[in-house]
Formats: sequence, C-alpha cells, structure tokens
Amino acid sequence: MNAAFLATVSLELLPAQLRDMATGWLPEPWRWLANSILAIAVILACFGLLFAYLTLAERKILGRVQNRPGPNRTGYFGLLQPFADGVKALTKEDIVPRGADKLLHFLAPVALLAFSIMTFAVLPFGRNLVAVELDAGVLYFFAAGAATELAVFMAGWASHNKYSLLAAMRALAQLISYELPLLLSFVPVVMIAGSLNPQEIVHRQAGWVFGVMPQWHVLTPWGFAGFVIFMIAALAESNRSPFDLPEAESELIAGHLTEYSGFKYALFFMAEYFGMCALCGMAVTLFLGGWQAPLPFLEFIPSYVWFTAKMLTLLMGFIWIRCTFPRLRIDQLTRFAWKFLVPLALINLATTAFWSLSSGWSGGLQIARWLVAIALVVIPFQLIGRKLSAGLGPRTYRYA
Amino acid sequence: MLGTGLLQGLGVTAKNFVGSYHDPERYTTVEYPEVKPKLPEAYRNFPFLVTENATDPMGTLRCVACQICEKECPPQCIYIEKSKDKKPDASGKMQIYPAIFDIDTSVCMSCQICVEVCPFDAIKMDQVFEIATTDRYDALLLRREQLGKPNTYYHSIHPTEAAEVDARLAADRKAAEEKAQAAAAAKAAAAAAKAAAPAPAPSAAATPAPAPKPAAAPTAEAPKTPPPAA
Repeated sequence: MNAAFLATVSLELLPAQLRDMATGWLPEPWRWLANSILAIAVILACFGLLFAYLTLAERKILGRVQNRPGPNRTGYFGLLQPFADGVKALTKEDIVPRGADKLLHFLAPVALLAFSIMTFAVLPFGRNLVAVELDAGVLYFFAAGAATELAVFMAGWASHNKYSLLAAMRALAQLISYELPLLLSFVPVVMIAGSLNPQEIVHRQAGWVFGVMPQWHVLTPWGFAGFVIFMIAALAESNRSPFDLPEAESELIAGHLTEYSGFKYALFFMAEYFGMCALCGMAVTLFLGGWQAPLPFLEFIPSYVWFTAKMLTLLMGFIWIRCTFPRLRIDQLTRFAWKFLVPLALINLATTAFWSLSSGWSGGLQIARWLVAIALVVIPFQLIGRKLSAGLGPRTYRYA
Repeated sequence: MLGTGLLQGLGVTAKNFVGSYHDPERYTTVEYPEVKPKLPEAYRNFPFLVTENATDPMGTLRCVACQICEKECPPQCIYIEKSKDKKPDASGKMQIYPAIFDIDTSVCMSCQICVEVCPFDAIKMDQVFEIATTDRYDALLLRREQLGKPNTYYHSIHPTEAAEVDARLAADRKAAEEKAQAAAAAKAAAAAAKAAAPAPAPSAAATPAPAPKPAAAPTAEAPKTPPPAA
C-alpha cells in the first residue's frame, strides 16, 4: 500500500519533478522565466505531435468507416505519413497573389495559430499541470478563441480575391452565430461552480455519489444539455464537418484559404486542429470532470493520463461525426444556431438556476428535483425541435 | 424524437468501422501492387491473337490474315501483311498466315470490334493492364510475337467465352469433316456404281448418292473427332 502510494505520488508529480530537474540549477529570479518557456515548449511539442497523429488517425478512421485500410505505405502502419505530408507542405511553392496585402496575407495564418495556441495556457492538464493559473481562465480561453475569427477575416481580406472575401464573411457569420451558444452553454457551469478558474471548476467536480458515481457536470440534466450544446457549437467553431462550410473542400475551392498554399495552408490546418484540441480540453474541464478519475479505485492512474484519455475520446467523437454526417447549408446552419441552440442554451440557464436553488432538497424531493430538471431539458428540446422541423419532414424524392 | 436519425447514422458508421477490422470481406479495395485485383470475366482492354499450340505459337496462329479486322478497326491501329506462302493451320488445312501483325496500343480504343468481326475466332480481348512503359513508340506497338498467346491462356481469362468458342470450332470442324467424308463416300459410291453398271450411268449416279451418307458417317466420326484444343 505504501509503495503503491509512493509510486502514485511520484508518477503524479513526475512532470513537476522533471521541470525542477531542468530548471532547478538556475538562480531563483530566472526560474519562473525558464519554467514558462519550458511549459510553452512542452505544450507546443505535445500538441504539435498530437496534431500530426490526429491527421493520421482521422484518415485511418475515415478509411475504416469506408471499408478501406487508410494510409499504410509510409512507415509501419503509415506512422510516418504526417511527416511526409509536412515535408510536402514545406517544399511546395508559397504563392502570394500580386494584388494581395503581403503583410496581412502573411500575418493571417500566424495570428490564427498564435491565438489557437494561447488557449492552451489555461487548460488544467493535470492536478498540478496548468501553464498559467488565471482566476478568469475560462473567460480568457473564450476570448482567445474568439480572436481567431479576426484572423479568418484577415485571410479573406488580404487575399484580394472576391471569392475569398465572400467566403471569409460566410465563415464569420458562422463563427459568430455559434459563438453565442458556445458561451451560453458554459455559463451554467460557472453558475454552479461559482468560479471562472478552470482548476477550481475541476475541483468542484471531485467526489463520488454512493461511492461510485462521479460528480461530473455532464451527469446532471443541465450539464448534459450544456455538454451537448457545447460540443455542437465547438464543432462549428473549429470548422469541423458537418459545419465545415467555410472551407468545404468538395464544393468551394477552399473558401477563405483559396489563395494560400504550401506551409501557410498547413498552418491553417494546424490552427484548426489546435482549436479542436483546445475546445475538447475545455469541454473535458467544464463538463467531464477534468483530470479526475471516473471511478474511485482508478485514482492511482495519474491525473494527466485521465485528461488526455478524455480529450482523445472527444477528438475521436469529432472524427466519428465527421465521417457520418453530410454538410449543412448556410441557412440551415444559421437557423440551427439562432432558433435551436440559443433558445435551448437560455432555457438551460433557467434549469441550472432551479438546480442551484434546489440543492438543499433531500429524500423524495431529490427525485422530484431530478424529474423537474429532466423535464426542463427534454420538453423545450421536443417542442422547439418539432416546431423547427415542421414542414421540413421526410423528403420525398421524385426521379425523372 | 428529434436526433434519433443522427444516432442511427452514427451507428451505421460505427458498424462499418468495427466490421472492417474483423471481416475482410467488407473491403472495397485491394492493396494493389502486392495483391492483384480479381478482374471480372468480362473485363477487357487490348486484343491478343489466339494460338492453338503453346510450344509453337507463331506456327499455329488461328489468324489467316484475312484483314477484316484491319479494315474494321475504327482508329486503324491494326497493321497486317499477308504471307507469300501457305502453312498448314491447326486442322491441317493450308492457309495464308500473317507475316506481320501489329497492334498499336497507344491508338487502340478497346472497342472489341476486331473480335466481333473475326470469322476465325483468332483475335480476342486480353486483360493485361500493366502496360506502362518508358517508351511511347516501340514499346506500345505490339508485334505478332507479343500478341500471340495460347488458347489455354484464353481459357484462363475468359473461361465461359472460351468454352463457347471451342465448342463452336469443334462443331465447325466436325461438320467440315463429315462433309468431306460424305463427299468422299459419294465419290467412291459413284465410282463403284460406274464400275459395276456402266450402262445406266445417269440414273445410278443420282440414286445411290444420298444412301451411303448415314452409313459412312458413324464410322468416320469416331476416330476423326478433332481433339479439343486445350
């Protein structure tokens, strides 16, 4: 027991110990700077590799869903494929249109990537693993995430191409539409946790009901609704299928990326995947208990492993959704956001308020509390869904 | 309920994802250079010439250089020069043979018209699709020697069609032999009748002629059936 406990502690503290080994010899005033630079380097390396292998995993899974093996030529199981793609992107000609705003054209992918990477700073990857401990970390996260929209429009404008500009405006319309449900869906978490600090929100989800069921937000009626709305909005925010209209590769040339080639194009992709990873990490933090273990006897596994496992599960879910659903039309997309997700997210605020006010109820009232909360989630969903889909019902196709 | 269709869709893709791991039958692709694709029987690309005997392909070409295919070929990719001499074909009959038979596969459009017009079943469609070369001219121009492939090969790529062709050729040869037998028998009978009764020559020549045919045919048939070319 004691030995196991020691092993747990050392594994749990391993990242911090490694950091101290690397920077401990420095004089005290310099240590924070070295620690920060080290944290940035580790985040860039880890998420860079994750991005590389996420593209491979996506292609493999898409292939399997379509009953073919996927890339398997470069290295064992195609494991070197991302690096081959990287070399290809690097060696391609970097074309800048003659009429383009050269500076903005160069700055757009850089800004997009910078804002995407900034979001990783406040994610609690483990019990003691946060790059920057901010009291308003959640606010900072969504502010940095929203700033990527600026870079999208920058790309469309700087290209000096009317199609790029139109596509950038479409992309903005989508991103701003889905910003609202995204923000509204995490407000309940803040209401319940009473904090904007991600680490604090994770700590609030600790503990077990009946000794087995974790107290994650997703396991409550309002939390489940919030989680689903958050994930749908996250899909749209990270330009993922079925909301990948801004850069619909099979319909448009490439939307606002039309005039980008070579490594700048790869940077846009990198930013998309970073945004996806960050949003999944935030969803884990807000709804899925962050780095907490799902069952009490699994707590010996280090917290950062749990965080990674949960985040990868969500990312696989994104890929699964991508290979299943067809793309939406722009009017369907905005209607879905404004008429369905936003009202549901607002109602979810009321549900959460009820949940928060009824936290003292016990016994039979506890069951009533659950039933009322479930009803508050399911009934508006059904009513709004029925109202929205009326007249759009099963389509009949008449073939000539 | 709203959204159940989405969940059903997710179920379908999940089933495919899991299924592709434990059921290789689901695969829609083959890993080509290592695994050769299994071509459907009716697959065709460029023509080849059928030879009766694999050991002497140029001596037993079915082609008799009639040049019908050359004239019918829409893109005119076939070039034939007749031989000056004659060689016995597979059935032993003296025939002209193609001294030159070239098909330019860079011109051929794989229409199969040459195969359809050939009265001798001498030209058929091949299934070889790995014909990439580094030379645009000579390597894509197939000579008689490259085109000639044995009948066994034809059986291996188009079994049904080849069996039909063999049956038809065998029937044709049998009919031709029966005809020859009948003619020989009639001739012999006529000669015999002439020798026996020289006086009523015109009536004797007319009456016994049809009679020996059924008598002669069964005996002549048994040993002389052409061996099935396989």
